[in-house]
Amino acid sequence: MIRKIALLAITGLLLAGCESTPTKEQEAAKVEERMPGQQPGAAEGAQAQPLQPGAVGANPLTDPASPLSRRSIYFDFDSFVIRPEHQSLIQAHSRYLKENAKAKVILQGNADERGSREYNLALGQKRADAVKRAMEVLGVQESQIESVSFGEEKPRAPGHDEASWAENRRADIVYQGE
Amino acid sequence: MTFNLIPRLALFVLLLVGGTARAALTIDIVGGGERQIPVAVLPFASEDRLPQALTPVIAADLTRSGLFKMVETGGARVYEPTQVNYVDWRARGAEAIVIGTTATLPDGRTEIRFRLLDAVKQTQMTGFVYTVSPAQLRLTAHKIADVIYQALTGDVGVFATRIAYVVKQGKRYELQVSDSDGYGAQTVLASNEPIISPTWAPDGDRLAYVSFEDKKPVVYVQSLKSGDRRAVARFKGSNSAPGWSPDGKKLAVVLSMAGGSQIFVLDLAAGGMTRLMQSASIDTEPNYSPDGQWIMFTSDRGGSPQIYRVPAAGGPPQRMTFEGGYNVSARYSPDGRSLVFITRNDGRFNVAVQDIATRQVQVLTDGALDESPSFAPNGKMILYASEVAGRGVLAAVSSDGRVKQRLTSSSGDIREPAWGPLPRTQPK
Repeated sequence: MIRKIALLAITGLLLAGCESTPTKEQEAAKVEERMPGQQPGAAEGAQAQPLQPGAVGANPLTDPASPLSRRSIYFDFDSFVIRPEHQSLIQAHSRYLKENAKAKVILQGNADERGSREYNLALGQKRADAVKRAMEVLGVQESQIESVSFGEEKPRAPGHDEASWAENRRADIVYQGE
Repeated sequence: MTFNLIPRLALFVLLLVGGTARAALTIDIVGGGERQIPVAVLPFASEDRLPQALTPVIAADLTRSGLFKMVETGGARVYEPTQVNYVDWRARGAEAIVIGTTATLPDGRTEIRFRLLDAVKQTQMTGFVYTVSPAQLRLTAHKIADVIYQALTGDVGVFATRIAYVVKQGKRYELQVSDSDGYGAQTVLASNEPIISPTWAPDGDRLAYVSFEDKKPVVYVQSLKSGDRRAVARFKGSNSAPGWSPDGKKLAVVLSMAGGSQIFVLDLAAGGMTRLMQSASIDTEPNYSPDGQWIMFTSDRGGSPQIYRVPAAGGPPQRMTFEGGYNVSARYSPDGRSLVFITRNDGRFNVAVQDIATRQVQVLTDGALDESPSFAPNGKMILYASEVAGRGVLAAVSSDGRVKQRLTSSSGDIREPAWGPLPRTQPK
């Protein structure tokens, strides 16, 4: 009796072995279909509602109504001090980063065009670092932030006057994947 | 990558086989040396049959240095010393006479003989024979000009050297290398992101530079001969300001990975790196002294950007500049006795030189936005970036301020010049 069961079991295993490859592919396909957000019913649910700002599913990083869509922090001449009016913006981004532990940001520092390119690269770095420090103080993990500098090399304002220079004394917050 | 390479290679080939080399840069000269030596450069025999005539290049080199005045030759056909009427040339004001011959050999190469004659003493000062391929004719003319320059001034000539610089046109950046007279420009790197701080290794083959192609500054080293390039500093944060040690084995760089902007020294052969100093300030623009003992750098540790130097092996830094509130971009002269740097002077950014022993400073330029000064390897000229009518141009000034040159690109803004080293193989 036991031998028959064993034989059946072995046969069963062998049969299973023969069919395992096609079965695995079907299972893989099924797994893909079962991705979150694509469950039957959920898609229909979102489509049924008209899209409004701040609706479920809108990306807060790019939603114009959300403070997170604002990404630039401006600095005074020869300064790396974050002005008080930028604190709430830094707080908003820091909160997002703490709530989304997998999100990463690159902080890009910039300087106006006057003077040495390498020294301006270092000035831009100081601005990016200031924002980084402010975020870390608010509890953001260092591993989520990289601070880099463009110096004077990628100015947003191309002019050679104080208005352009003020626009270029700036640190920008860019999320990875954007 | 491969698709972009093909049109670039095609462009390369066009530049090399073009019959008459076209200058990508044009050079204008203003001013002259204290004394200009009158030289008669007579056409070499049969040089008009060569793909590249030599004496126009020689005469242009000597003229461009600001130290020579060309004496009219009237197309005289004088090729051998026995044919020279010294009295006649003296009467025309010449102190030196250059004559020569060219001959095409059966294997296609050219044999060039030239002599430099002293018009007063009526003797030969020097003379050489060269046997070269047609592609080397222009370089040979530069080498002859170097020999003449050295014989008549006592200083080493730099006509046979090359310069590197960055051209920006719209959103396109190209790192180019050309002859010191602007001819034969070749693109070393083309990119849609900025390229800054090119600097020559002492071997004249490798360039280090900073590229933003990774969307942040990264230091690359590239071989001109092979085109091979590798990122030598791509740490977290920004990587910039490469400076070669005189033996070519180390590269000082500025990294932000440890916070701020701090100087580290990379050991390129063995790998690994050491931090040069630790400070809470900006430390940047490291530049080795020619004897390798010091590293000069820019720092704002005193409250404003100034030049300092520190022993290359580590130790306490010494401040070098004491005049004015903004002194940056310092480079040692080839003899190690002075430094060239950029100083902010009443709102203008100008090139200045300072004697290290006496601390005496001389401001050499008067542009509004001069930057990136680079010494010629004989220490006699300084190449730098300037701006004319809103356009980026290169300019050169002699170290005594008397001779000025302007180099304009046929298209785009030029910036970030770096003068290459003397060629390794000197003429025999």
